[in-house]
Amino acid sequence: MLLVIIFTIFAAITIISAGMVAFSQNIVYSAFSLLFTFFGIAGLYVLLAADFLAATQLLIYVGGILVLLLFGVMLTHKIQEVNLSNESMRLAPAAIVVLAFLGLLSIAIYRTQWPTVPVPELTPTTARIGTLFMTDYLLPFEIASLVLLTALVGAVFIARGRVKK
Amino acid sequence: MPYILCFTVNRFMSPIPLSYYLVVSTLIFFIGMLGVLTRRNVLIILMSIELMLNAANINFIVFSYYLNSLRGQIFVFFVMTVAAAEAAVGLAVIVYLFRNKNTVNDDEFSLMRW
Amino acid sequence: MRNFVDQLVNNYEFLETFPRPLLYLIAMVAASAIILGFIAILVMFFVWLERKVAGHMQDRYGPMEVGRHGWLQSIADGIKLFLKEDIIPALADKPLFVIAPIIVFVGAFSAFVVVPFSENLIVADLNIGIFYILAVSSLTVIGIIMAGWSSNNKWALYGAMRSAAQIISYEIPVGIALLAAVLPAGSLSMRDIVLAQSGGFWNWFIFRNPPFGFVACIIYFVAALAEVNRTPFDIPEAESELVAGYHTEYSGMRFAFFFLAEYANMFLVGTIVTTLFLGGWEFPIFPSAFAFLNPIIFVLKGIALVFVMMWLRWTLPRLRVDQLMYVSWKVLLPFAFACLFGVSAWMLLLHSA
Repeated sequence: MLLVIIFTIFAAITIISAGMVAFSQNIVYSAFSLLFTFFGIAGLYVLLAADFLAATQLLIYVGGILVLLLFGVMLTHKIQEVNLSNESMRLAPAAIVVLAFLGLLSIAIYRTQWPTVPVPELTPTTARIGTLFMTDYLLPFEIASLVLLTALVGAVFIARGRVKK
Repeated sequence: MPYILCFTVNRFMSPIPLSYYLVVSTLIFFIGMLGVLTRRNVLIILMSIELMLNAANINFIVFSYYLNSLRGQIFVFFVMTVAAAEAAVGLAVIVYLFRNKNTVNDDEFSLMRW
Repeated sequence: MRNFVDQLVNNYEFLETFPRPLLYLIAMVAASAIILGFIAILVMFFVWLERKVAGHMQDRYGPMEVGRHGWLQSIADGIKLFLKEDIIPALADKPLFVIAPIIVFVGAFSAFVVVPFSENLIVADLNIGIFYILAVSSLTVIGIIMAGWSSNNKWALYGAMRSAAQIISYEIPVGIALLAAVLPAGSLSMRDIVLAQSGGFWNWFIFRNPPFGFVACIIYFVAALAEVNRTPFDIPEAESELVAGYHTEYSGMRFAFFFLAEYANMFLVGTIVTTLFLGGWEFPIFPSAFAFLNPIIFVLKGIALVFVMMWLRWTLPRLRVDQLMYVSWKVLLPFAFACLFGVSAWMLLLHSA
């Protein structure tokens, strides 16, 4: 029972703030409500026994990506104005497409017989994740580091502007 | 004393049905999709894409929990890596576009439209 | 916490009537409240200490009026801040302006949940302890940006941007330097890390894997100074340039939140250094003989490190922005990587034999 209450709280935080992100007219509100979305999702991860991932979620999304997005917002707007607004367009066709997909997926979720096996004892995941990364997923792990390096170099190269000779 | 939460979940609470999580992640995904389709500000589109990625991550974790396998969690790490790279490069591109066009409205970036 | 509750239930039978999860929940909430109160009082002590240290270093007394040598000064200040008018600037973004100090406060204080004051005196010994601290303290950045932006004040915004850039840059050396202590401990849990250093000061991680443990400790301490915006890295709130940085527009209780969070963060850095490098709650020699002093020793070590921070503040001048970035990316980061490599090499050499 307690677990359901906690789950409902986190789910509500996540969904409401996600709605704020997508539909708020003020872009800075969108960016800041992303904080609560990430936080709520981290809470859901904790409920799903993904303790290490929950902390990673906070560290990477909140500490990294969200700050980047905020910098993006502030670099591309006249930051002296508190009221930054932007409108949404083409609501009707988008709603049709989204509702169609949503209906399809809801039917899928409703019809499928999901496994309800008793979940075994939960144990800390950190060590096992580390072992998997160093054994089965070593190559993807290395490639991921390469992706990050490439992104780093590329981002610096694109954003620094033209070098004057 | 350690791992209190795990302990409490184990002993005293029945886990939440899988479909609850799926409903949450589906809702987040479609909120993100609606954001991508309707908003014209590139930054909001980027944020909505992050929402969609996060919804996918929730699904990975839910299934890794209910199938008692850690592979799903591993995939979430890779998704996070890609999301971080995407945010960095995406923002660099946006700043560059803003410098050239002085706007971040994606209707303005139609140079390559046929 | 669980053991404690179980013991309590065994001793007092009337507790049996309550459901056990509820008791655990109540116990955890109570423990969090106690730790919050304790840290808040300690922080008020630090505010007084900072003024006294500053005073004595500049050959004056500091606060002397309220109580003997001004020891009640912080309480007087607290009452003053509490009773002050709560001003929100007319052109500020009100909701964000209100939320920002709360986020900074939460980010600073929720980290103390995993701080081990002694072997059994932890609110929650999470198995990802130190990583959890890194994660929740990243909330602070968002709070600071929020405060700077919503104030609608250019000094506040400059301060927030500087602060964000600085905290993000210094997070990397911090994380890597911490690994130099996590590696020999083989665990992220704060309690296990301390237990891995038991048995006298020569077992502390600062003296382990010489000289890398020592260098890692210094790197962590310097980088953490920057993370909590202390001099010589206090460019986000440089008084002579930016009035007061991101909290320029704040007054009354909201300002007090920022202030408490800043000093709580200082103590947090002290406790992390204590836990990871200085043996945690252990007395330097013959730790088992002094076991009853454990929590006091832990707090004293933390206070000593906070004193070092204050000492540095009144000794060193402020860095420029470019020097700040230079220190992070070209000095601390390479040395932190070298430490990580060195520690790993030592462990490989010592344990493979």
